[in-house]
Amino acid sequence: MDIQKSLLQKGIPTRWQPDYTRTNRILHMPHIPLPDHLPGITGLLEYRLDTAMPIRELTQILLRGESTLTQGERELIASLVSSRNCTRFCTAAHTKAADILLGEDQTARAVLADPETAPVSEKMKALLQIAAQTQAPGSAVTEEAVERARKAGATDREIHDTVLIAALFCLYNKYVDGLATVAPADPAYYDILGDRIVHRGYVRPPGGYPAPAKTNG
Amino acid sequence: MAHIQLNNDAPGIRSLVLYRPDTGKPLYELAQALLRAGSPDSTLTDAERELIAAYVSGLNCTSFCRNSHAAAARYLYGQERDLVDQVLADPETAAVSGKLNALLVIARHVTEDARTVSEAVAGAARAAGATDGDIHDTVLIAASFCMYNRYVDGLATLTPTDPAAYEAMGERMGTLGYVLPKPH
Repeated sequence: MDIQKSLLQKGIPTRWQPDYTRTNRILHMPHIPLPDHLPGITGLLEYRLDTAMPIRELTQILLRGESTLTQGERELIASLVSSRNCTRFCTAAHTKAADILLGEDQTARAVLADPETAPVSEKMKALLQIAAQTQAPGSAVTEEAVERARKAGATDREIHDTVLIAALFCLYNKYVDGLATVAPADPAYYDILGDRIVHRGYVRPPGGYPAPAKTNG
Repeated sequence: MAHIQLNNDAPGIRSLVLYRPDTGKPLYELAQALLRAGSPDSTLTDAERELIAAYVSGLNCTSFCRNSHAAAARYLYGQERDLVDQVLADPETAAVSGKLNALLVIARHVTEDARTVSEAVAGAARAAGATDGDIHDTVLIAASFCMYNRYVDGLATLTPTDPAAYEAMGERMGTLGYVLPKPH
């Protein structure tokens, strides 16, 4: 089956198509009909609004609400978990959001490579370890990891939020991958998306996401 | 002992939503939407939705969620309640429809590695009569319980061992649905 051709027939621009050479499975179309102009999570959140609403609200509270963790730190947790789940769409989007919030692109990259050697505080290293333990299937958050975070100054609320952000991104990653949504390959797509989630947050825009006007030829 | 000071003696997810009600509210609203409503074309019953939640929680070894949603499924299945324990023991040999069986396969793939929900896995469910909404809802229920399970286990919340405690929870979930617990 000619995937590129079938994507073109569905009207997905070439620059938004997944990079098949870099995925470990062949991505076909999503398992359910989703709007072509809404790749990744966006189409899913429009598919069923009654479930999307609490998911959006929870994300807005956790990543943009009042917290002693910065928004950039919270995006780093989202990015690390998405990367460990190998969900390219979410990893790219939240890495971009972290880059914008931190004002540079080195920290997020280093966190994804190895949180222990990344240029973040000992408290963040400990919280990232808790996030990684929360994500890992069949593992548990250990007493030692919690103790380490506490010694480095983490509060109960920070530990709680780290676990819940990590758990929430397991939901997102599995939702996005389980329905085989499209992950655009063009980095420019994530520049726009990262900017949107930094500056507008996770709430649904009034009126949703209308399809772009059709042009002839 | 939970990893953090929750300041209440409620079990499982209830202790966490009492600790932080602002995140608890959307967490309970999501459970209510997932397990007591569906996509417009979904054919799944509330009992089947609870069973998928219990099955995923069992795969994740989260006893609190497994036992409470199994109890809710038993309550909602009524006379067919034995199906719940058959599925939890082995969905392959359980006396459930081919459609539910295929959806449970999707749920297992989502739980283990969601990237393995292939065309073939989704296609088998469709061939057995599953609608788009059934497939969507199954993936989202499974993904959501991967979140709830990690939240409940990640903070090492209290897990009751008395089966009677879960029976009461199941009846409450089956009748009232998901209502935020009130602080004492």
